[in-house]
Amino acid sequence: MDPAYKLSRRGFLQASIAMAAAAGAGVGCEAGATPWRFFSVDEARTLAAICDQIIPPDGDPGAAWAGVVNYIDRQLSGPLASLRNSYRLGLAAVDHNSRTLHSNPFPDATPIQQIELLRRMERGQAPSEPWKQITSIEFFTLVLDHTMQGFYGDPRHGGNREGISWKILGIPYPPIRGRFRPEFKS
Amino acid sequence: MSLKHVNAVVVGAGAGGGIVAKELAAAGLSVVLLERGKWLTPFDCRKDDLHNQRTTVLGAAFGPEEHRNPRVVVDQNGREQIVTPSDGKYNNNAACVGGGTLSYGAMAWRFMEKDFRMRSTYGSVEGSTLEDWPISYNELEPYYEKAEWEVGVSGDDSANIFRAPRKRALPMPPLPPNREYQILKPAAQRLGFHPFDIPMLRNSVPYNGRSGCMRCRWCVGFACEVNAKNGTQNTVIPTALDTGNCELRTECIAREILTDSQGNVRGVAYFDSAPRLQEQTADLVVISGSANESARLLLNSKSRLFPNGLGNRYDWVGRNLQGHAYTGAVGLFDFETYDDLGPGACLAICDFNHGNRGLISGGMLANEFIRLPYHFVNWRAPGIPSWGLAHKQYMRQYYRRSVGIIGPVQELPVFESRVQVDPTVKDYWGIPVARLSGHRHSNDRIAAQFLSSKAEAWLKEAGAMQTWTFLPASGLSGGQHQAGTCRMGNDPKTSVVDRYCRVHDFDNLFVIDGSVHVTNGGFNPVLTIMAIAYYASENLAKWWKSVRGAS
Repeated sequence: MDPAYKLSRRGFLQASIAMAAAAGAGVGCEAGATPWRFFSVDEARTLAAICDQIIPPDGDPGAAWAGVVNYIDRQLSGPLASLRNSYRLGLAAVDHNSRTLHSNPFPDATPIQQIELLRRMERGQAPSEPWKQITSIEFFTLVLDHTMQGFYGDPRHGGNREGISWKILGIPYPPIRGRFRPEFKS
Repeated sequence: MSLKHVNAVVVGAGAGGGIVAKELAAAGLSVVLLERGKWLTPFDCRKDDLHNQRTTVLGAAFGPEEHRNPRVVVDQNGREQIVTPSDGKYNNNAACVGGGTLSYGAMAWRFMEKDFRMRSTYGSVEGSTLEDWPISYNELEPYYEKAEWEVGVSGDDSANIFRAPRKRALPMPPLPPNREYQILKPAAQRLGFHPFDIPMLRNSVPYNGRSGCMRCRWCVGFACEVNAKNGTQNTVIPTALDTGNCELRTECIAREILTDSQGNVRGVAYFDSAPRLQEQTADLVVISGSANESARLLLNSKSRLFPNGLGNRYDWVGRNLQGHAYTGAVGLFDFETYDDLGPGACLAICDFNHGNRGLISGGMLANEFIRLPYHFVNWRAPGIPSWGLAHKQYMRQYYRRSVGIIGPVQELPVFESRVQVDPTVKDYWGIPVARLSGHRHSNDRIAAQFLSSKAEAWLKEAGAMQTWTFLPASGLSGGQHQAGTCRMGNDPKTSVVDRYCRVHDFDNLFVIDGSVHVTNGGFNPVLTIMAIAYYASENLAKWWKSVRGAS
């Protein structure tokens, strides 16, 4: 199954809503409106594509399925609110670079093109025009950090759907006191 | 309406302040214990691996409040930055009832005898204010014992041939070994090391009316959900309150220590939670805010008689800020090392704290606490990229097949590593904020290289198929182990407090927390802070009674 961001823009929107509904979040949406608190549909689609190269799906789900975009979106309305502008600028710059290099926004570039652009951003070697108010290194570092948090961190913050990363790593979930050791009573 | 006068105000309900409040209250003094943080319980921030004392990406879970308490940090290029508590550069310790003892990993170390005599042992060192303490291990020994029994320590250091002598064994046995212990102990013995069970301020069996540890993976950085981890908030502070002589006031921010026209301390001005400025007068004041905040409070207590703050006639308040220079090694194995049996850290050696030929200093080495998944993200072997498929595969393959051995190198104090108060930046209450600057001594990295090579050798002997070391950075130290800023000493020109933690030039002002440490040992410092708190409180209470003529 192709990742959601490979669908058309409308397809991605519908897939996001379906995912949110399956997870129990109430989402209402009219044509053109975004289900996210902060991201536009295009921004979320680009971010999902970036995250899915940071932690790609292989035999196990990747960052986009795990809801990393939801994690970041939620925290940008909370403890990470000071980074809202960084995400606005950074995601626009990524798509700008991708259009320059690949004639396509980032989600529609090929995987190899996506990885190559991210590597260039990581080294500060991406085309410089859109990276004036925030550097590509700074933005890439943010997304990398937040993707790791949203994938490996506690699901209560909006990511790590169904504790998937903990299953992948092979640690017991959910955490129940005395679960396999009934001799440890409180 | 003015507050009723009391015998003692203690500022800070952490490792030091909690014990002082209880000792004074038990001796019959009336005590007000001020704490700027909240009284948090384990259920305020349950097992949240992104929001705890160790991982602050979503905030500093144990205080202080994120938007009201900035600091200024100056880097080694002189560049200033305003930082908030969740930023690693902030140099935070917790701000809540119990302080760091609510959420720590709870290693409970007695310093070694040489740790009190670093200058006599190693000589004077260029670029460092290395000095002996004015007190010896022997003088503190009975108070280490008191802390071990009253707050509660489990473990077994009898195999540690390097340890300082103890008169009484620990009150509780160690926790049963985990898989890492079983892998590492024989390897250490084959190398000629002397491994032993780490003493921990944690119940291994029911003690003091609370249960033993339930071996979960959320220990260091979290409050304990079965209340088996021992801090001042579940031992001495409730005891202090039960005497009827101690009142705990939370969310109260000390603004300055008040003095009278003769230069005697007369109380503390603080903001309550309204916020309203209050004046609590007292016969004596004890500052226990931890190294950054205690120094800040003294420096902010300016008056005509004390234009540079209290205890600061010779510019030693805030100096010599220390922590520990953590170093160590990681090993990857081709068999499972993980058994989900917390807290994880259990085995240590003190073979390399001292006596390292040609080297100054050293430190303890121990296996690390359980790494939660987000921690392990950056435990990358050399050559593993930080993202992409290779990183994901690495995580999947090695999360359960990795062991870390790390240790706190004893730093050499640096005079330029310091806490000042900022001339312009103020906190929410209008109080000038702490301004931090400085760097580590170059010896710290040299000692770290040596210590980490021993950690690596240990992992290899245990069967690791790949190992690597990591070294500390050279910037300012402090953090959870912050110490040194109100140095104890006999000479008022080169110290802030005397051997009884009394601020020089004052009768009734004391600093009783990690600030007084001359040097900080090659160990987590909390048990030493507790021992000093018992020791200093005993003398304080004696003095107060003799002055009052009380029976």
